[in-house]
Amino acid sequence: MKTDARSELRRYITGAALSALLTAAAFWAVVSDGVTRGTALWIVGLCALAQIAAQLRFFLHIGAHTKREDLYLILFSVLLAGLMIGGTIWIMASLQTRMH
Amino acid sequence: MTQAKHPGLNLGATHPEAHESSETPAFGFWVFLMSDLIIFAILFAHYVVMQDARAGGPGPEELFDLKSVAMQTALLLASSFTYGMVSLSMKHHDRPAPVMLWLVVTALLGAAFLGLELRDFASMIDEGAPPQRSGYLSALWALVGLHGLHVTAGMIWIGLMLALLALRGLTAQIKTRLLLLGLYWHFLDLIWIGILSVVYLGGLA
Repeated sequence: MKTDARSELRRYITGAALSALLTAAAFWAVVSDGVTRGTALWIVGLCALAQIAAQLRFFLHIGAHTKREDLYLILFSVLLAGLMIGGTIWIMASLQTRMH
Repeated sequence: MTQAKHPGLNLGATHPEAHESSETPAFGFWVFLMSDLIIFAILFAHYVVMQDARAGGPGPEELFDLKSVAMQTALLLASSFTYGMVSLSMKHHDRPAPVMLWLVVTALLGAAFLGLELRDFASMIDEGAPPQRSGYLSALWALVGLHGLHVTAGMIWIGLMLALLALRGLTAQIKTRLLLLGLYWHFLDLIWIGILSVVYLGGLA
């Protein structure tokens, strides 16, 4: 069980290091002068997605060993959230351009 | 490799009893977390839609202090990591003392996060940016405030677990609850990544 403990500790350290790195990259994109607003937003967005994936894997232990029902629950909820966020922003942005 | 029963750190062969009995609660707790995710999703969408509805009031450039936000991010990430240490010491040491120690560290980091957030909230009110000032500010306070309330609830939960650990030790039931609290605490850091990216970094990019 000792090797188990060590490899699990390594997972948490990997997750934390990756998260810190991705956070630093996102802050850098916003703070540095050389990066345009559009590029900075892309970097921030991609870093956020990568960090969420890293934490789901290394902190919440979601992966190939996860039981199917739980994975479906998470994926379906993410789909719902995506539809609601995307749909709301799409409709409201379209409404705004039409009202001008 | 022991068979994983649910997403989250599994107690596995070292704790067969707690491992078995935590399966249904863990699934139920994921259902709760995912409905919580839907609430946050709606508030995120609301925030993005309201971004320009400032009614002449202050916006991200006037309101946000990036240094404070960076500190809060670091504190919350560190507390997520130290909760990982709670889970690991529960799984591999099976004594209340190390579990309680890491819980206290996690709570201290959470308290520092809340302290900085409350200081930022107070300075926003001083600068004439309370929730009722504009549609944008209502959306901002609702989203960031709800996350702050979740962290507060998590702190109360950590306090309760510390008390239970002191009274009863590491029983199977307490292990299950610590497992669920871990899911909750890591989930809050996930939401914070969204808030950091959409509200703070997105607003100042």
